[in-house]
Amino acid sequence: MFSALIISVGAVSGISAFLAILMVIADATIANYGEVKITINGDHEYEVRGGKPLLGTLMEQEIFIPSACGGRGSCGLCKVTVKEGAGQYLPTELPWLSEEEQQNNVRLSCQLKVKNDMQIEIPEELFNVKEFQSKVTKVRDLTHDIKEVTLEVVDPPDISMVPGQFVQLRIPEYELTDEPVYRAYSVASNPSDTKHVELEIRLVPNGIATTYVHNYMKEGDEVIFNGPYGDFFLRETEREIVCIAGGSGMAPIKSILLSMAEKGINRRTRYFFGARSKKDLFLVEEMRRLEQELPNFEFIPALSNPEEEDEWQGETGLITDVVAKHMESGENTEAYLCGSPGMIDACVKVLSDKGVPDELTYYDKFG
Amino acid sequence: MSESAYPIAIFFAAIFTNNILLSNYLGMCSFLSVSRELKTSLGLGVAVIFVMTSTSMLNWVVYYKILQPLGLEYLRFIVFIIVIAAFVQLVEMIIERVSEVLYAALGIFLPLITVNCAILGVSLFMVIREYSFVESITFGLGSGIGWFLAIMAMAGIRQKLKRARIPHGLEGAGITLIITGMMALAFMGFSGMLQIN
Repeated sequence: MFSALIISVGAVSGISAFLAILMVIADATIANYGEVKITINGDHEYEVRGGKPLLGTLMEQEIFIPSACGGRGSCGLCKVTVKEGAGQYLPTELPWLSEEEQQNNVRLSCQLKVKNDMQIEIPEELFNVKEFQSKVTKVRDLTHDIKEVTLEVVDPPDISMVPGQFVQLRIPEYELTDEPVYRAYSVASNPSDTKHVELEIRLVPNGIATTYVHNYMKEGDEVIFNGPYGDFFLRETEREIVCIAGGSGMAPIKSILLSMAEKGINRRTRYFFGARSKKDLFLVEEMRRLEQELPNFEFIPALSNPEEEDEWQGETGLITDVVAKHMESGENTEAYLCGSPGMIDACVKVLSDKGVPDELTYYDKFG
Repeated sequence: MSESAYPIAIFFAAIFTNNILLSNYLGMCSFLSVSRELKTSLGLGVAVIFVMTSTSMLNWVVYYKILQPLGLEYLRFIVFIIVIAAFVQLVEMIIERVSEVLYAALGIFLPLITVNCAILGVSLFMVIREYSFVESITFGLGSGIGWFLAIMAMAGIRQKLKRARIPHGLEGAGITLIITGMMALAFMGFSGMLQIN
């Protein structure tokens, strides 16, 4: 009885140990690609250990490529241009890459393994992207469906960004998702406060991230986000400024305005904000206060469907009509838009008709 | 049937009359998820042929040379799984090192196969049916080819299905399972042509 036990345990352990040793040897010999060099954008060089996917290898060097699925090849976001050292396309990459991207050597960095020296290209701004540990310090209602979330960055202790940029918030596993997901939100606070990040998040029915923020997130929670991303920020020119936003599109515009007030940038600025009725309107007092600080700034809220009890005195109608009514020639103007794709497309057309140069119309589309 | 012809009979039986996928419904998960396109099905199918043949050989040796002499037949489930997993992992590493083309076509599917129940099924049937070494090889090879044919047929059908109007609730796995059932019925036409135990 006892010897049978020894034999069976011994046999299974023996076989497992033999195979394990085999694997260790194979790992150290066959799968060992040694030290390789990754050159990014021609001037940054990194010595890394080969054999792992590019996405993770870059992450170890603290370079974060945006990825929503965490390297499982199911989101198709972590695209990187690989000039040299990539080899063939893998079947797991192809569903995510268009013909044009394949011709330009765009690869999915979570699938591509680093085996030899590589030359890759990533947007320069990604060097500044970091992963932040943070704590929720405040959650408050702005309207019946928009919440303002204030995060205090803990590690690294400071965040450096320009007004108008966005971050990706990590939503952990919960009822609606069995893997962590990342969603992009514009920062609403003034970046001169490097300790805090303020987000405005509108509840989307059944939205994974927005439901989490509205129903589960509470003060004191620990939250992870990465960023900053995006080229939606105020250009340093002398032109007049037109901002158009709707709903939570308020966030990046508010950040830009706060920063202008602090720096005393007194260019002529008009901010058109579209809402359905008074209950969708928020931060009006804060905007009026900014009008005091910036003499050339004018806040123009417009309601498309004001209710009778609103007793609304301001502009009514579609935001496009209100913009068209207020704007004269737009040749000396640059425009900043943030909102739903439908609103942006319509506004871009109006601005274009008014003579605002297309290349000076900047926008963030949030689907 | 003469003794020497028996391995050949097993080979054909494993492909047609006793197709491991269509008569035992083994290896279903990768069959359902990878049969969307002919090209990927081809890669997976070839990988299955290779892994089935080699693991049935390996496991035959492990079973009759190690487990049986020690009287540990009951441990075959766990031992077979370990052997298959380690072998597949090793092959993947080697392929990745040696040939990039082969890795892109085949190697990428190997981790999928580690957990394919048809692979373990072949090793277990081989023991239950008391096959000799040569018979085990032909059985593994035949089963692999049978699985390959089934997934290729399914991929062909599913490419046509893309243009068919399927009731909403049946899209995806639903219609695929119904078609698999019909294919299994069709393959039943072969039964009786070859008798193996």
